[in-house]
Amino acid sequence: MTGGTMKMLLFLFWGFLFSAVSQAQEIPTAPSRGQPWPMPMSYKAGGQLNTIDAATFRFATQGNDCDILREAYIRYREAAFKQHSERLLVVGPLRFRQNNLRFMQQLRGQENALLQQLSVQVSTPCEGRIYPSLESDESYALDVSGGQATLKAQEVWGALWGLETFVQLVYTTNSGEFVVNDTSITDKPRFVHRGMLLDTGRHFLPKRTLLQNLDAMAQNKLNVFHWHIVDDPSFPYESRAFPELSNKGSFYPGSHIYTPSDIQEIIEFARLRGIRVMAEFDTPGHARSWEEGQKGFLSECYSGGTRNGMYGPADPTKNSTFTFLKEFFTEVASVFPDQYIHVGGDEVNFTCWQSNPAVGDFMQKMGFGDNYAKLEEYYMQNLLDIINSLGRGYMIWQEVIDNGAKVREDTVVMVWKGGWQKEMANVTKQGYHTLLSSCWYLNLITYGEDWKTFYTCDPHAFDGTDAQKSLVMGGELAMWGEYVDDTNVLPLSWPRGSAVAERLWSPQDVNSPVLAEPRLVEQRCRMVRRGIPAQPISGAGGCPEEFGGN
Amino acid sequence: MTSNFSKMVEGSRKMVSLLFVLSLFSALSDAKLSVTPTKGVPWPMPMDYKTTGKQNTVDAASFRFTTRSVECDILLDAYVRYREAIFGRNADRFHAMRQSPKFVQMFSQEGDIGEVSVDVSKPCQGSYPSLESDESYSLSVANGQVMISAQEVWGALWGLETFVQLVYKSDTGEYVVNDTIISDKPRFAHRGLLLDTSRHFLSTRNLLRNLDAMAQNKLNVFHWHIVDDQSFPYESMAFPELSSKGSYFPESQVYTPTDVAEVIEFARLRGIRVVAEFDSPGHTQSWGLGQKGFLTECYSGEKPDGSYGPADPTLNTTFPFLKQFFAEVASVFPDQYIHLGGDEVSFTCWQSNPVIKDFMQKMSYGTNYAKLEEYYMQNLLDIINSLKRGYIIWQEVIDNGAKVRPDTVVEVWKGGWEEEMEKVTKQGYKTLLASCWYLNYISYGSDWTTYYTCDPQKFNGTDAQKALVMGGELTMWGEYVDDTNVLSRLWPRASAVAERLWSPQDVNFPLVAQPRLIEQRCRMIRRGIPAEPVTGPGTCPVEYREP
Repeated sequence: MTGGTMKMLLFLFWGFLFSAVSQAQEIPTAPSRGQPWPMPMSYKAGGQLNTIDAATFRFATQGNDCDILREAYIRYREAAFKQHSERLLVVGPLRFRQNNLRFMQQLRGQENALLQQLSVQVSTPCEGRIYPSLESDESYALDVSGGQATLKAQEVWGALWGLETFVQLVYTTNSGEFVVNDTSITDKPRFVHRGMLLDTGRHFLPKRTLLQNLDAMAQNKLNVFHWHIVDDPSFPYESRAFPELSNKGSFYPGSHIYTPSDIQEIIEFARLRGIRVMAEFDTPGHARSWEEGQKGFLSECYSGGTRNGMYGPADPTKNSTFTFLKEFFTEVASVFPDQYIHVGGDEVNFTCWQSNPAVGDFMQKMGFGDNYAKLEEYYMQNLLDIINSLGRGYMIWQEVIDNGAKVREDTVVMVWKGGWQKEMANVTKQGYHTLLSSCWYLNLITYGEDWKTFYTCDPHAFDGTDAQKSLVMGGELAMWGEYVDDTNVLPLSWPRGSAVAERLWSPQDVNSPVLAEPRLVEQRCRMVRRGIPAQPISGAGGCPEEFGGN
Repeated sequence: MTSNFSKMVEGSRKMVSLLFVLSLFSALSDAKLSVTPTKGVPWPMPMDYKTTGKQNTVDAASFRFTTRSVECDILLDAYVRYREAIFGRNADRFHAMRQSPKFVQMFSQEGDIGEVSVDVSKPCQGSYPSLESDESYSLSVANGQVMISAQEVWGALWGLETFVQLVYKSDTGEYVVNDTIISDKPRFAHRGLLLDTSRHFLSTRNLLRNLDAMAQNKLNVFHWHIVDDQSFPYESMAFPELSSKGSYFPESQVYTPTDVAEVIEFARLRGIRVVAEFDSPGHTQSWGLGQKGFLTECYSGEKPDGSYGPADPTLNTTFPFLKQFFAEVASVFPDQYIHLGGDEVSFTCWQSNPVIKDFMQKMSYGTNYAKLEEYYMQNLLDIINSLKRGYIIWQEVIDNGAKVRPDTVVEVWKGGWEEEMEKVTKQGYKTLLASCWYLNYISYGSDWTTYYTCDPQKFNGTDAQKALVMGGELTMWGEYVDDTNVLSRLWPRASAVAERLWSPQDVNFPLVAQPRLIEQRCRMIRRGIPAEPVTGPGTCPVEYREP
């Protein structure tokens, strides 16, 4: 955003505020109209309107064509026009209505330019089953002016975001006409990894909701679905090699699992939206549910010399542990095409290891003394070698680095604990790529407008050199599942997740909650209209179309 | 904790705790690490509840509810609902299928329970619940016989709800009920839930779904905070401009007379009163859009500055308007009580207005604007009185010293509620507690335990004072709530309040309640309410599906 537009927005905002004060004590925030979220890098909009005839408007590929584009056109046509007020649709054929509107305009003598198509130009071929990656070029340029609209992108991933932006620019006038302001946008994300974590281990989330959430992510240009798929309470991932894991470890194997075809569908749905699916199989801690279907995987805990029936982290002393892990992660690598696998490594509790005599013997044999962090490092090192041998990169939670394990240099370290500024400085000093999650734990709810604290947390706000800062790949918002399931996951995630999405996409200086709020209100209503139950986050108000279920 | 859940009488309370500790222990070695839910144990806990492990199977093919004596619309409608609640959405199709001789031959296992007999003493056709309703009932299940007896139909409705909650699926997939004897009545007569349809609009569909959820928890008053500063979605027949100018979107976000009638009828059939609140003189900005001259004009210096304050008590148009408006309200809402609001009146605008100042002088109020507020409320109360309705008011009206009818109910909502309840009851007024049940205030984790342990009679006062506590209300104010999240945010957190208001005072251990609350949440989900998880990781056998 240029300085000029920023000032104009400021002015508009004060205008809203002024007019609002005289209306009511607690004023609903006046939403913006046809402004994009997240804010593009450079965004210039003029007052000249272009009218769209929904019946004849089309997306036109110039040059490289592919399935990703064709699918996107179908989605975005619906997003732009189809779900707009049913009142409009019952009045009669849109074509007729639009002609009528144009006739009305002519009577008023202020005819807008007619926008008949958006031409889409992608430079790099996108046919074949290509996937987005950390290296994807997501940039695009979008121009709308005088009845002409052009979208240009190097790669199809940028084109997808450009289509999303274009659809967000379309709004309806008071008379029900679809219009777009003359607009010129040059855009690319500030960070390449803009993630969202969902936890399907603590409560099950059905496939349908995961797909809906991917749609919501695309509406906010988030590009990584971090799927924390299993955890202590349940193991819903259905493994072909080890079917007992979900048979015994899921809440209900008849209904609460993700079959290979479910997962394939989710990955494909994400791919078509430019979203990577990064699976996390967290070990050696957080693995209680694994034991149900993989006997002997976890350490047995002892009380006073005998087994007490409880289990601790994975047992690193047995060869069978790593043989199993190798076979298991080989399957994972074949199921999830992304170049990264998240291997967890957080919150390993040593109490059980300490109680187990076999583990004690192993410690002695390895010369670890009573430093159980060494044992954890031993486990992680073996696991990382396995992932390495599969040709995949890995993401890990910060503890793995904190405990001093050696990892590949392309490892991405996720920072999730408090004191993240020091940790980010520390991790980047060691030369690792890093992601921030600490300030975006959206499951930790509070009353009121907490999106502002998410919005103003900047992943570069730590002490470090430019080289260190450039190691920050972005961040992730987390929706851990203790108190979240299909009943509430979407309203709790949106539009609070949108605040994080803008932080990770838009320029660093687009950071005023006051300026963002009218756009965020518009974004929420837009999401509601497009079928996402995004909850209210800026006080009283109403969307023209309220959420009506699916 | 399974079918041999013990009777919930004095002596067995310890045993329940013991069972709980045992189930906790077994959970530690269990992969799911979550509290094991009960099976077929009711929420809220009845006054007197005895059960054994002896199971009766339910014969789905022949199952029916039978009225023993007095029959009425309310019972007939309930039978249809509760059949569905037991056997699911396709209950009737299933029923028809089960009737086919071939199917019976192949699959039917003779069930013990073929019918539930319902015995109501007083006629009930077309009646409405009230503060004086007799909600007591008794329920017995033994040797395949099920009997529900109640003085009034309202008790029978709760008895039916309880019976349906006793039904669970055995490990082999059969519908079963344990032998049970229940004698039940609510601790408090007014068990309310406030929804605010002004800050955000809520669709009629969701209001109805919420009434269903209330009935599942034996809440009996829907306090409809229908309008406020932000919008006026109530469509008035006499003053249509109020909603056509004062609602967010007059074409889609209003409650038409038909909508309101539907909500009231839906509630009546479930034993739920609908108490409408039209809050004034404050919280009325939206009224001003469709009723010019109703609000006080605020002045900056010598001139009106375009903003408005509370209703203007000095104009001779204000009270005739209110009289006509509330006459309509009284004809639309049959409940004997109307909620008049009266909270949070700011004096700043009144103080700026020269006409008001003159009026103050004329009335000899000096600069005491509380007197002016009292003047307004007194006039309004007289209007309601002339309409033969009782009123509920927020605590400020009493705090400011207005004279009100002796049967007035004062709703306490501010902090320091213990002192306020003591004060209000000392003056002899009936009272309701809302302060500790603001469910719109969310925080991370299992906050239901704090709602569960707030007791409305826990203030200093005589027994006579305590007897004036009619109950309480949980509130879901609408600043951050709309159709996207209202139901999941309410339930089952509101269930905690519901049990506090229904069950005996000493049923108050969150740890003991938790396994039952988990069952209640999953039961609500099965019956179509998106009740959110409130006790940590876990699952329901049937997860929520958007209908």
